[in-house]
Amino acid sequence: MNYRNAFMAMLIRDLRIAFRQRAEIMLPVIFFVVVVSLFPLAISPDPAVLKTIGPGVIWVAALLSVLMSLQNLFRSDFDDGAIEQILLSPYPGALLVLARVLAQWCVTGLPLILISPLLGLLLHLDFHIIKVLFVSLLLGVPYLSMVGAIGVALTVGLRQAGALLSLLVLPLYVPVLIFGSNAVVSAAKDMSYNGQLLWLSALLVIATTLGPFVISSALKVSCSYR
Amino acid sequence: MSKVDKLWLWFHRMASPAYFYNIAGRLLPWIAVATIILMLVGSVGGLVYAPADYQQGDGFRIIYVHVPSAWMSMFVYMVMAVNSAIFLIWHIKLSDIVARSSAVIGASFTFLALVTGSIWGKPMWGTWWIWDARLTSELILLFLYLGYIGLRSAIDDRRVAGRAAGILALVGAINIPIIHYSVVWWNTLHQPASVSKLDNPSIELSMLIPLLSMALAFKLFYLFIVLVNSRSELLEQEKRSQWVKELVTSQ
Repeated sequence: MNYRNAFMAMLIRDLRIAFRQRAEIMLPVIFFVVVVSLFPLAISPDPAVLKTIGPGVIWVAALLSVLMSLQNLFRSDFDDGAIEQILLSPYPGALLVLARVLAQWCVTGLPLILISPLLGLLLHLDFHIIKVLFVSLLLGVPYLSMVGAIGVALTVGLRQAGALLSLLVLPLYVPVLIFGSNAVVSAAKDMSYNGQLLWLSALLVIATTLGPFVISSALKVSCSYR
Repeated sequence: MSKVDKLWLWFHRMASPAYFYNIAGRLLPWIAVATIILMLVGSVGGLVYAPADYQQGDGFRIIYVHVPSAWMSMFVYMVMAVNSAIFLIWHIKLSDIVARSSAVIGASFTFLALVTGSIWGKPMWGTWWIWDARLTSELILLFLYLGYIGLRSAIDDRRVAGRAAGILALVGAINIPIIHYSVVWWNTLHQPASVSKLDNPSIELSMLIPLLSMALAFKLFYLFIVLVNSRSELLEQEKRSQWVKELVTSQ
């Protein structure tokens, strides 16, 4: 098997496993929708208010639901020893880990992005603003998955990892949160938002090129103390 | 022997626990004395001799604690990251011990910078907290420190904890500049008016000397704490080795 076949085999395996547990796929999306719809109840149903807080609310909710969806990224494979087999295989660990994160993004990140225009409508965002929101999430959410996966790989061996995971990962999400929500806010003010989108793309490139190596070495560390 | 070989030899000797323990023990009193002298010079110079600021009055004097601790908060994280890299690449245990002992004191410096910044903000800005670029990035730095400490204490096995936390420190070190500049950029968009008065580059010499002396004192204080901490960690980790047994029986 060459590298491409190994990558595809891993990707298809992960997607197949994910689609057999459909309820789990839907949970982060439902969480996303529920969290966003709490804000009008808590703050104000006034369209003017919702327009100003909308971009930030959607971005923070996306951040939290990505984090939630990642919690079990390596859990079952870690428990049954599949992670060790992946790391011991003749293929680079980083490559296979990249396939795993990509599969996870397809089943949890992508639905989140696809449903975001609907949430934009709920928060009274205009159509051209929703477009920018969509693009910013498209660029930002893969970064969130990749960086979050580093935190998951470091904490997968711990019993109560949830709170620690958020402490490790959320500070690293700050730049994406700033650029992502700010692109949408700038669009709402009829200002240029290209700079923010370029920043998001740059961060995505850094995360996808360096991230897999960090994740696979973090998994090696985690496997050494089961 | 060439110079490079000598350097490597020195490097290897410093990395040997027994040698480090002795050298650190001999250096400690000198560092302590220098820290105390510099701190006295800095506080007397800053609190008594430096003139009051024409805009901020005596309130500006808190910078003699605030600025050095803010500098140290970044510096210590970098020391931690460099030592983590050395530990991950060359498996030098001493580096891990230095990174480990740096974490708590680095977090304390960050906390001190935040607290003094907010105390300074009360008379200057009229409020305890403003989402100013520097305060915000200091706050996120504190979160990074807390994450590092949290991860370290969650894993029981020391060596594994060191490697896991080391990876985290490196990821954090790559992210710190990105976080810092994104926060600065965010801040200039939201509140263009709140430029800190400390930005004024011309600073009176009688104000600058106490500041530099305090900065140096903070650095030496950090060195002192790290050495004391590392020595006790070394004894704990190497308790079964020959040199520790000799050390204990000779006393």
